Amino acid sequence: MDFKKTKGLTDAPLHYCPGCTHGIIHRLVAESLEELGVLDRTVGVASVGCSVFTYNYFNCDMVQAAHGRAPAVATGIKRARPDDIVFTYQGDGDLAAIGTAETVHSAARNENITIIFVNNAIYGMTGGQMAPTTLPNQITQTSPYGRDVTVVGYPVKVCEMLSQVDGASYVERVAVNNVKNIMKAKKAIKKAFQNQIEGKGFSLIEVLSTCPTNWGKSPADAIKWLDENMATYYPLGVYKDKEATKND
Amino acid sequence: MAKVTFNEDRCKGCGLCVTACPKKIVQLSNRMNSKGYHPAEITNQEACIGCASCAIMCPDTVITVQMK
Repeated sequence: MDFKKTKGLTDAPLHYCPGCTHGIIHRLVAESLEELGVLDRTVGVASVGCSVFTYNYFNCDMVQAAHGRAPAVATGIKRARPDDIVFTYQGDGDLAAIGTAETVHSAARNENITIIFVNNAIYGMTGGQMAPTTLPNQITQTSPYGRDVTVVGYPVKVCEMLSQVDGASYVERVAVNNVKNIMKAKKAIKKAFQNQIEGKGFSLIEVLSTCPTNWGKSPADAIKWLDENMATYYPLGVYKDKEATKND
Repeated sequence: MAKVTFNEDRCKGCGLCVTACPKKIVQLSNRMNSKGYHPAEITNQEACIGCASCAIMCPDTVITVQMK
């Protein structure tokens, strides 16, 4: 097969660490927008965290929101400009911690936006602190003996939580740790944008991602660790698809 | 036949393409690029089946695959 860089990405070199799978997810989003022919009317909302500089990388209009507020900003843009395609690109520290309220309520209102949620089970940009999605017993800078669930509680499972919200239209969890999963992730992300074009409402794609630097692993070991640990705690699959269940 | 090219100065030498190649013909070279990383290279262009797994796995879109 032929493969060349999508026009949906700019020529700016990504600032991410070697082996960070953010780059793969950027490419999947950009390719989906290009293939759907909506790049010239897309507005992306960048978040806070490693993905704060996404406005340099996506070849569409971008806004940078305050920490966790991307779904609220996206709501405003979509309501003011309903013909635009609006997406947010958020990490787990942004979406599942400080931005939980915005996320849940934008789902409850069934806002016609697309959320790309990158879950790497750690705070990457600030140096590897424990995140809401850090696995039980996982070692981080602020849980040096492993996450003790009796003290700090359990990880937040965003897809499972949002699947119980009546408003949400499409919620799926994918991973980018091997070629097969990347193809599936692409399909899910493209469907999430297609849903928005068709006016079907709130779509969220959770992408299990790696953080080799803060996990203290090589990139090759990190994708293996994702498969063996994260994918078992956060099972992949479609958690909600209103369209598919409508005819049941 | 497929032709694989690496935009070497963009490569960060993470080696994810090496793990993805089903033919095991991608490796990290001994030389350094302008960023100080060992860039990935193809060892046997003739053996490439053009599956683009390396390009799909690459986080920095360094790799281009062309079918001839």
